[in-house]
Amino acid sequence: MYAFNYHRPASLAEAARLLASNPEAKLLAGGQTYIPTLKQRLARPSDVIDIGGLAELKGITEEAGGVTIGAAVRHAEVAGSALVRRLIPALASLAEGIGDPQVRNRGTLGGSIANNDPAADYPAAVVGLGATVRTSKGRAIAGDAFFTGMFETALEPDEIVTAVHFPKPEKAAYAKFPNPASRYAIVGVFLAKTASGIRVAVTGAAPCVFRATALEQALAASWSAASIDSVTIDPSNLNSDIHAQADYRAHLVKVMAKRALAAAG
Amino acid sequence: MRISMTVNGRAVSGEVEPRTLLVEFLRNQLGLTGTHVGCDTSQCGCCVVHVDGVSAKSCTMLAVQADGCSVTTIEGLAQGGKLHPLQQAFHEHHGLQCGFCTPGMIMSAADLLQRNPDPTEHEVREWLEGNLCRCTGYHNIVKAILAAAQTMRGMAKAAE
Amino acid sequence: MAEKGIGARVPRKEDLRFITGRGRYTDDINQPGQAYAVFVRSPHAHARIKRIDKAPALALPGVLAVLDGQDVAADGLGNLICGWLVKSKDGSPMKMGKHPLLAQEKVRYVGDRVAVVVAETLAQAKDAAEALVVEYEELPAVVDLAGAHEGPLVHDEIPNNLCYDWELGDKAAVDAAFARAHHVTRTELVNNRLVPNAMEPRAAIGHYDPGQDAFTLYLTSQNPHVHRLVISAFVGIAPEHKLRVVAPDVGGGFGSKIFIYGEECVVLWASKKIGGRPVKWTAERSESFLTDAHGRDHVSRAELALDKDGNFLALRVNTKANLGGYMSTFSSCIPTYLYATLLAGQYKTPAIYCDVQAYYTNTAPVDAYRGAGRPEASFLLETLIDQAAMEMRMDPAEIRRKNFIPKTAFPYQTPVALVYDTGDYEACLDEALRLVDYAGFPARRAQSEKNGKLRGIGISCYIEACGIAPSAVVGSLGAGVGLWESAKVRFTHTGKVQVLTGTHTHGQGHETTFSQLVAEKLGVPYEDVEVIHGDTEKTPVGMGTYGSRSLAVGGEALVRACDKIIAKGKKIAAHLLEASEADIEFRDGKFTVAGTDKSKTIGEIVFAAYVPHNYPAGLEPGMEESAFFDPPNFTFPSGTYVCEVEVDPQTGEVDVVKFVAVDDFGNVINPMIVEGQVHGGLVQGIGQALLEGVRYDAGGQLLTGSYMDYCMPRADDVPSFEVHTVRGTACTSNSMGVKGCGEAGAIGAPAAVINAITNAIGVRVEMPATPERVWRAIQSRPMAKAAE
Repeated sequence: MYAFNYHRPASLAEAARLLASNPEAKLLAGGQTYIPTLKQRLARPSDVIDIGGLAELKGITEEAGGVTIGAAVRHAEVAGSALVRRLIPALASLAEGIGDPQVRNRGTLGGSIANNDPAADYPAAVVGLGATVRTSKGRAIAGDAFFTGMFETALEPDEIVTAVHFPKPEKAAYAKFPNPASRYAIVGVFLAKTASGIRVAVTGAAPCVFRATALEQALAASWSAASIDSVTIDPSNLNSDIHAQADYRAHLVKVMAKRALAAAG
Repeated sequence: MRISMTVNGRAVSGEVEPRTLLVEFLRNQLGLTGTHVGCDTSQCGCCVVHVDGVSAKSCTMLAVQADGCSVTTIEGLAQGGKLHPLQQAFHEHHGLQCGFCTPGMIMSAADLLQRNPDPTEHEVREWLEGNLCRCTGYHNIVKAILAAAQTMRGMAKAAE
Repeated sequence: MAEKGIGARVPRKEDLRFITGRGRYTDDINQPGQAYAVFVRSPHAHARIKRIDKAPALALPGVLAVLDGQDVAADGLGNLICGWLVKSKDGSPMKMGKHPLLAQEKVRYVGDRVAVVVAETLAQAKDAAEALVVEYEELPAVVDLAGAHEGPLVHDEIPNNLCYDWELGDKAAVDAAFARAHHVTRTELVNNRLVPNAMEPRAAIGHYDPGQDAFTLYLTSQNPHVHRLVISAFVGIAPEHKLRVVAPDVGGGFGSKIFIYGEECVVLWASKKIGGRPVKWTAERSESFLTDAHGRDHVSRAELALDKDGNFLALRVNTKANLGGYMSTFSSCIPTYLYATLLAGQYKTPAIYCDVQAYYTNTAPVDAYRGAGRPEASFLLETLIDQAAMEMRMDPAEIRRKNFIPKTAFPYQTPVALVYDTGDYEACLDEALRLVDYAGFPARRAQSEKNGKLRGIGISCYIEACGIAPSAVVGSLGAGVGLWESAKVRFTHTGKVQVLTGTHTHGQGHETTFSQLVAEKLGVPYEDVEVIHGDTEKTPVGMGTYGSRSLAVGGEALVRACDKIIAKGKKIAAHLLEASEADIEFRDGKFTVAGTDKSKTIGEIVFAAYVPHNYPAGLEPGMEESAFFDPPNFTFPSGTYVCEVEVDPQTGEVDVVKFVAVDDFGNVINPMIVEGQVHGGLVQGIGQALLEGVRYDAGGQLLTGSYMDYCMPRADDVPSFEVHTVRGTACTSNSMGVKGCGEAGAIGAPAAVINAITNAIGVRVEMPATPERVWRAIQSRPMAKAAE
């Protein structure tokens, strides 16, 4: 790790000020991705701003029938939340499957989506549920517009995720085929029947989470495994690596979609 | 930076660089070498300790993040000279061979049992996702954790 | 059987320190004035070092020294060695490329040591390592066996990268048998490269004491005396009597900590270079992946000739073995004498021929990893036999049974050099089939099918030669050392026992097993025995722990030292009891005059030996005896493993749902420890079959360089096991009748798993049988094609 200055601001406003005042500063929330990155000297921030303990970023609340989760809420808290379990059980079980118990005890929702690892789980829920990302600049960014590319988001350099609002779906489920080594998603499919229609978000398969529109259309026509079978997933935009070639990933998208469908009921 | 925390019930403080990891602080400054480092990608779990009562990888936390926290390491698990039921069970069921992963395994399992006092074998195996062992094939680790759970349930019942 | 004697499931003595966090591993040790070393490693698989500029690194704060290959050469230090000379078919010796402590002129794999930086703190050393300027001229690399023969030369002086072209067996007899065969089964297979992954990364603290002109090296070693020998006699850093090597608690080895690597030598040397401050180095896991000697990495062609009844007539094998960029300490013997000699398996195949070409490539060195050669032999043979059974429409259990060496045929001379002393292969097979409910398999398969799963069952009957020893035998095959073992048993005045052994325990539980053995042998309380190991200054010279040899060889040395204690005790007892020495009997800790109730306890005898006021004339006082033991033969554990899998045809995922292991380890001292050894070995074997595999890209970059990409078995990847040790056939090479047990699981498991998958899906999948590979294999089946 390179040397850096450490800050633990007392408020979101102070965190935002620190971030805005220094282009080389970076945010630290749960640190489950960022600390390993620092350890391998893959990042060299001048300053690290620890927002993991900010009260303003905490809390899980019911809002407009859905759930609003603070950016610094840890995965284990989401997994264990009775509120989330009651309103959006798919989200709780997704959180329960992230990393391992110790990662879930430290890692945060805001950290996960701001990092936008192509194989992370939360982006699939944000897109799959049509969630809204709220920021320190007062913006409310639609889930569909938030993830812009591999490790890239719609956040401005000095903008901080404060919370995510997940509307309650009619039904939803997430199915993941994990990389046997890292346990990140090789393919993860979040499937939801929402007020605004069927949403199918796929993570792990491509450089960035995406909506599988062909699956959405087929499931809108008929909410059935046969609909999924009828769709062809184009592998040409999917990742190929030592763990899975693109055509296998394309196949797994359908298998995971069917598993999610079965789980969603 | 000056940090203070409670480690195994004892108030400690020390001077650290912001980049000092919690595990480095524990091992190098406090001499608590029971917490080990087995990888550099936060996966092996040899470094698991409890921070404010829940398990965390001390190699994936800055020491400054633990400022003001209460930390328990393997050295602090036995109370009043008596082994924790998990320690006892690992011994009785041969849940360790080289011993390197053992502190992290036990600390992780302790967190499981405080959340779920009666886990199934499947739940134990899933919980250990963040702990690697190369010696035991996990067989006796799982057996030991299940046995400790039973002992602890018995103790809890007796205390009622 | 005493409560804590031979055969008892005694919980381990060594546990207390580990479960309370009070183990003492190398990285736990810190010494006053300690400096830190960081190695600068090659980012290229193959390159010429054009220039090293130390100045930017030396200018940084805290930097004490920057040393490179030229400094090593200037100090006249010797190269690392391979201690086993293998000769090619034409009689020429293997071609050993130079392996310097720090690279000279060329680097030969990604991670090759180029320089070391020593600084006041670890962070400073890392900063300086990053600042060091190394200019390379990149060279084309050869990374796999397919390209090795024609590829660019790893060592410019070694043509075709061929280290040796070796053979074993009677080629003419094999060719003749093939000519008259009714059926020939042929296959090609890969034995995948693995990373040992002991959970404790390698570490070392070197310390030169100018006042004593002596060196101390703390390190992660399975064999501290061998480290001392090589560092002294070949590398030449210190004379042997001025070098103390200490291997404290060691967090697993699996072979990877046998070897003498450059890093450990360099920190010792560097300590002297900076004036005698201790220098510490601890590998990061990424360094372990790059530089710990890897295991396996064979590509083989195998053919089995059978008669019309399924009797094996002959076996013909060609294997290409990848040695990596340099030869490691024992790398030459793994794909030869520890491999081809095991190709007879449990079978009476009359003729066997194997030839092996070993190649250098621009990859990490390859050496012994749990099983070392024997897993490769067992996997080849046991998958080949399953294929033969399938082709001849025979039951896999019955084709094996038909070809087993019968239990009446021992000792049995195989056509590939070994003489098996004892065994009862059918007993293990029968027991395993009973435990797994072989007859009930079709019903279980039907049930799985109802759930949309493909179920398969796989058998593997392994044998291994372990208790790696007979010096004269290994010497005749090229070993550069003897492989005996030694022990010292020392009584104190008060009757307590110190056992000093040249072996090293790093998970195997010697402190417990050896205590049980000595307690039983001498009739002293188990708690009164203390086992001391791992320090060349305390323990007698021993060759270390590997090859499942510690009990069979080291334990027997211990037994013989105990026998000397008893013999001496009899002399003292005879004197004190005024009887003839011949009339003294020793049992349960008491020396008794035969046929009388006159006796002395061993404690009384020991006290008399240390306070010899009334003592036999001419007898030395004291009670401390040593023994060396060099056995007449290896030990030959064997067994049958049966694995059942369920395959999800949708994803290709393989779930090991049942695993039965039945082993014949001869007599057993502590069944609990033995079963633990099997559990661990099984998961390494299952890991090889399903999860683990090293991948380099075409340029020689390691793609599986961390746990993010190299799949270590986790708790939820494996089931609980049914491990049974049968009432074994006692080994005849030691008085205890024990065989080794440390490697069996890793040797027998891979074929059981792969055979089960083949049985489930009808096609053999290369290891590791990842979901994607299994899925593709399912897609490739003629049935699947027809359905499309």
